Amino acid sequence: MNKSLKKYWKSEVELTNNSQVEKLRHDEFVEKLPVDNLFEDEKSLNDSSTNRRDFLKYLGFSTSAAVLASCEGPVNKSVPYVIQPERIRPGISNYYATSMFNGYDCANILVKTREGRPIKIENNKLAKFHGSANARVHASILSMYDSGRIQGPMYDGNNISWEELDQDIIKKLESLRFNNSPVALLTSTISSPTSIKIINSFIKKYPNITHVEYDSISESSVLDAHEIMYGVRALPLYEFKNAKYIVSIGADFLGDWMGSNYDGDYAKGRVPIKVDGTATMSKHIQLESNMSVTGANADVRIPLKPSTQKLFLAHLYKKISNSDINLPELDKKTNERLIEISKDLTLNGNSSVLVCGIDDVNAQLLTNAINDLINSSVKSSSKVSLIRKGNDKKVNELIAKLNNGEFSGIIMSGVNPAYTLPNPKSFNDALRKLDFSVIFSMKMDETTSLCKYVSASSHYLESWGDFQFVNGEYSICQPTIKNLFDTKQFEECLLSWSGNENSFYDEIKSNWSNNILLSNTKWNKAIHDGVYSSNDSYNLKSSNNSFSYSALELSKIKSSNFELLLYSKIGMGDGQQANNPWLQEFPDPISRVSWDNYLTISKKDAESIGLKNYNESNGALNSNYALVKNADIELKLPVIIQPGQANGTVGVSFGYGRMMGIKSEMKTGSNAFSLYDKFSKIQDVEIKAIHEIHEFACVQLHNTLMGRGDIVKETSLEVFNTKDKEYWNPVPVVSKNHIETAVNKKEVNIYQEFDRSIGHHFNLSIDLNACTGCGACVIACHAENNVPVVGKREVRKSRDMHWLRIDRYYSSDVSFQDDNQNKDDINGLSDSLSVFGQMEDPNENPQVVFQPVMCQHCNQAPCETVCPVAATSHGRQGQNHMAYNRCVGTRYCANNCPYKVRRFNWFLYNNNDEFDFNMNDDLGKMVLNPDVVVRSRGVMEKCSFCIQSTQAVILKAKNEGREVNKNEFNDACACSAACSTGAMSFGDINNKESEVYKRKKDDRVYHLLEYVGTKPNVFYHAKVRNNDKLKNI
Amino acid sequence: MLETRKNNLLKIINNFLFLKNVKSKSMLFFLLLIFSFSSHSQDLDVNKGKSLFNANCAACHKLNKNLIGPALAGVSEKYEKEWLYTWIKNSSAMIKSGDERAVAIWEEYNKAAMNAFPQLSNEDIDNILAYTDYKPEPVVAATALSSGTVQLEPQSSLSQDLVLVALIIILLVLTTMLYLVNKTLRDIATRNGIVVEEKQIKPSTPIWKLFIRNQFLVFCSVVFFLLSSAYFAYGWLMQVGIDQGYMPIQPIHYSHKIHSGANQIDCQYCHSSARVSKHSGIPSLNVCMNCHENIAEYNGEEDLEKGYTKEFYTSEIKKLYKAVGWDEEKRIYTGDVEPVKWVRIHNLPDFVYFNHSQHVNVAGIECQTCHGPVEEMEIAYQHSSLTMGWCINCHRESNIKVKDNDYYTKIHEELSKKYGVEKLTIAQMGGLECGKCHY
Repeated sequence: MNKSLKKYWKSEVELTNNSQVEKLRHDEFVEKLPVDNLFEDEKSLNDSSTNRRDFLKYLGFSTSAAVLASCEGPVNKSVPYVIQPERIRPGISNYYATSMFNGYDCANILVKTREGRPIKIENNKLAKFHGSANARVHASILSMYDSGRIQGPMYDGNNISWEELDQDIIKKLESLRFNNSPVALLTSTISSPTSIKIINSFIKKYPNITHVEYDSISESSVLDAHEIMYGVRALPLYEFKNAKYIVSIGADFLGDWMGSNYDGDYAKGRVPIKVDGTATMSKHIQLESNMSVTGANADVRIPLKPSTQKLFLAHLYKKISNSDINLPELDKKTNERLIEISKDLTLNGNSSVLVCGIDDVNAQLLTNAINDLINSSVKSSSKVSLIRKGNDKKVNELIAKLNNGEFSGIIMSGVNPAYTLPNPKSFNDALRKLDFSVIFSMKMDETTSLCKYVSASSHYLESWGDFQFVNGEYSICQPTIKNLFDTKQFEECLLSWSGNENSFYDEIKSNWSNNILLSNTKWNKAIHDGVYSSNDSYNLKSSNNSFSYSALELSKIKSSNFELLLYSKIGMGDGQQANNPWLQEFPDPISRVSWDNYLTISKKDAESIGLKNYNESNGALNSNYALVKNADIELKLPVIIQPGQANGTVGVSFGYGRMMGIKSEMKTGSNAFSLYDKFSKIQDVEIKAIHEIHEFACVQLHNTLMGRGDIVKETSLEVFNTKDKEYWNPVPVVSKNHIETAVNKKEVNIYQEFDRSIGHHFNLSIDLNACTGCGACVIACHAENNVPVVGKREVRKSRDMHWLRIDRYYSSDVSFQDDNQNKDDINGLSDSLSVFGQMEDPNENPQVVFQPVMCQHCNQAPCETVCPVAATSHGRQGQNHMAYNRCVGTRYCANNCPYKVRRFNWFLYNNNDEFDFNMNDDLGKMVLNPDVVVRSRGVMEKCSFCIQSTQAVILKAKNEGREVNKNEFNDACACSAACSTGAMSFGDINNKESEVYKRKKDDRVYHLLEYVGTKPNVFYHAKVRNNDKLKNI
Repeated sequence: MLETRKNNLLKIINNFLFLKNVKSKSMLFFLLLIFSFSSHSQDLDVNKGKSLFNANCAACHKLNKNLIGPALAGVSEKYEKEWLYTWIKNSSAMIKSGDERAVAIWEEYNKAAMNAFPQLSNEDIDNILAYTDYKPEPVVAATALSSGTVQLEPQSSLSQDLVLVALIIILLVLTTMLYLVNKTLRDIATRNGIVVEEKQIKPSTPIWKLFIRNQFLVFCSVVFFLLSSAYFAYGWLMQVGIDQGYMPIQPIHYSHKIHSGANQIDCQYCHSSARVSKHSGIPSLNVCMNCHENIAEYNGEEDLEKGYTKEFYTSEIKKLYKAVGWDEEKRIYTGDVEPVKWVRIHNLPDFVYFNHSQHVNVAGIECQTCHGPVEEMEIAYQHSSLTMGWCINCHRESNIKVKDNDYYTKIHEELSKKYGVEKLTIAQMGGLECGKCHY
């Protein structure tokens, strides 16, 4: 072919032999492609303009690689026992009765273990006292699986062996004894009869040792008063089930007051059951400064400053004892109340009681005297509580001596003075100087890090022990798992240091067989039951002295501008379990704030100082800081404006501000022990505003009911007794062809009803009269259902995962009934705007109500109809099922749920370093319930009515070839099993014998948002308050 | 050439014949052996002795190995008959009487006295001794022979290789010959002036071009291609995560075929948790030792093809001993244990709850229904697919076992009335509800 001579050109420049043109001709692209340095640094990544194609390439490759990799399942190994213990069968739970006492909390409990590891705490119903676990005891199981525990004995920060430690310490003890140098033994309250023996024989061997018991939150004044009056240094014991008239002056007996555990007995007298058309219930009057759980449950709550409370108590004594004491006058209103209360106290005679939480010996003397005067049968005359023994005087003496260098050594167990002392600096210095300092501790906490010898101690679930919480009532603590780490118990070490070769178990057994058990009771039976009652009792006789002097002394106390009352929160207690994520995320029953402590202040005071609470644009709660000044100590605290807080008072909770031995996420709040001067919970303080912003993680942002009386139905005892059910608990009506028809009538139902009369049909009953808002159910649910902890940041975004929440509402008028009235009285648009605006603010002293809300398991569930993949569906047994593996995460169900009980997994909460809580930790994962799946990211979850347990109960019956017993289902649900007040009852309403069936027949029954027509399987009992007469005073 | 081929063929045939010969020969020997054995036994009644030995002595004695008691082969040479009679009939009396040799044995074997056998007659004891003394001579010959066959095997494989090489050579020779013939013929043709016409290939349109031109066909085949690939892709995706037939290699070759099949051990003897728990339970090693304390070697059938010889099985038992820390010689547990890491075969995903006791105890389902013919499995494998469809199917088809279970009495009566059926399926009881298995 002929070579063509034609030349094609794009522009005339090409004809001029330009080198630029020549270069361009050889390159495909005008500019070099920026592929090479694409991923070198962030800057080039951001600057690069053509990364889309590469991005798609990488995406395609990684997707296909991931798909290919996922096609092959992992090889799972199964390792059976070499020799299987007889009692352990994989897949079957074993229960052990045990008890716990950590110096603050105590309880007789059952521990559920699976494959040899404890996974849940349950109540021991055989116990007469302290048979129910509170939220902290329920959570204590997770504290055992804490990877931050000390894993073996240490000296000066180095690991050593137990032999070395024992040898060293014995050598030092002997030389100290030889030189007769004093050594201190500082422990938390010892309520174990065998431990007391062991300590005594230890001191006998080393007489240079002084033993002092130290309660971080002291009850010394109560103990002193009891000792003065009855000669027994112990706490008085109250049996509220006998009570008809309860007056509490600052005693949070449903919270943590004196080890508490009174809620079960209290609730027994609070449920009105009609006999011959009339119901009776106890009347509870609370005078307090901080809003406590007890105050929230009271029929009448009177906010008073602590100083006025003292004066009130003095006057009350004066009135009841008819003595002639010259006391300063009370103001008019309080005086009227005083007259009323003193009248009722005497009127109700031995079924009335006065309890008092004022930290003052005189106040406690008067309380005892008044109870003796009215001959109260509520205050036990034969039993006392032995769970606090600390003596402020002795502790102060010991600390002072230590600071002066008068001690040559110290041994500590169960205490953390470097955290709990108000001014620990000199103590810390003294401790650091000591050559011989031994501590028994589970965590490298504030005190432990200052000690030379660290004896890694065992958790109570790994320990033997015995306790006597109440005189004559003994409990046994038995290990439910082998020591996780190389740890030893305090008593074991004392035994070996005093040269006794017996084990602690041997000592307990011989002590019990010789001194405690009657001959007809076997040791094995005692271990099986966990508790043993003997006939020991005191005969506490009143001395009939006059306490006019005490009343006079009490009235002398001057009031100040701001009185601070230090208290402990249900979630954190005295702060021993600050590293427990369940407790950190547990919302406070009153403030509903998690992950924090704060200064509670009344609205009036907050306004005058210039402190504010406000919601951010995303709804989260923010506040200013306040500077609390007490003598020379200053503490900066965020502020919660607390309805019901007495004007002129503030409150701060203990237990927060732990800084050592805990994960960084748990270092929350501030240490209120620094304000705990002279071990007095009442302090005079000055408050100043600091204009910095604090971010709270509060789970409830709207505090009032806005007059929606159908959410929490409340009535008074008088109305309850005299009026028809239709009056105080009407069934809501809807319009059908312009005729008002009750919502439970068939003709307004758009669905075809399913016949649920055959087989089981589960219902949960929640009695608002019995619910004290204690929150034990919340933690029990956490443990049973592997509910993840999400952390403060996520809670702030309303992404908390609790399946069960306890809503707390304040009334915006004096009572909820007034709220309803106000709403009904609204006339016109402008009126509605202003009234609803006012209704958003709680009253100065509001009524408070708690309402546990979980999935209502609606028979006509709105969530089920909107799920595009049928992941949530209804079961024949009434449960609303949730198939996690089917869920694709559209969240339609949550949007359509009127109760807002569905929880979405926004992130992967297990094996994720962003959520470094127990599910991101091999040890922490051991607490997980193997019968419940751990949910993944992107799925919805919610209360299942513990279907794993209801199924287990059914299967047990099937295996044994019998029908399910009448109340067997009650303990299936973690919440109803944990409920110590009987507020929750779960069961099968098709079984006519069951408790829940009987409760469904009650007049007080109503459903939440009944008019929506969801027909829930959870029903509530309207709250009845016994507050008719006192309303006017 | 032909000669070599013939030779080769002959060789092959010979080989076959030879093998056959060996087999028949060994058969012959075997028959002879049996014959000689039985004829032998008629005189001394070794057979009777054997059955007596197995019934009375085998729990504690073996012929050639110390168990709880000493090995008994040749025992009549060590002790005179009269002494043995008294010993067997009442050993403890003999020890008490202070017989030196009796006391020596007693002390040697951990002071465990031998059971007394007064029921055995002197004749019986003679028969037993005849069995213990019996030295089966032909067995030696048989072993020699069997070792002979073993030796033959490599020879035959060698000859097969030889045949292959020979065939290749033949093939090569044939190809060369063909080429040479072709070349010679062409040479002859050119020399004779004959033009060999090269076949002209007419350029025609290639078939793929024709295919492309037919748009309809293209369309149809694209649709077909897409559909079929979708079909296969779906099929492939649906088997992801299904491990039917999964047969992993286990750390100890445990044969269900021997235990469950040949020895008829009940499944739930070892998997006892299945009755009461969600897990069937892999037996702990102490359960194995219930039997294997006394069964130290395998004496059952062999599968030589797969290499499952007696020695192989016995060595697996030794692995168990090592794991559980059993000292065979001293018959004690050393405490030196190595837990066995079995490979789990049946893996359900975490989000499914399955409970064995519900199926085994309440429903009374045979293990084989889901796990297949376990008693025939030399190596255990996953028999069923374990997919949700598989579960659901069974729940749809099976009836509830109401008999002798008071739990079901009332509910079954009411529900069957409601549905108008005589027997309820599991599905009708609510066995298809999501939440029953997923929580």
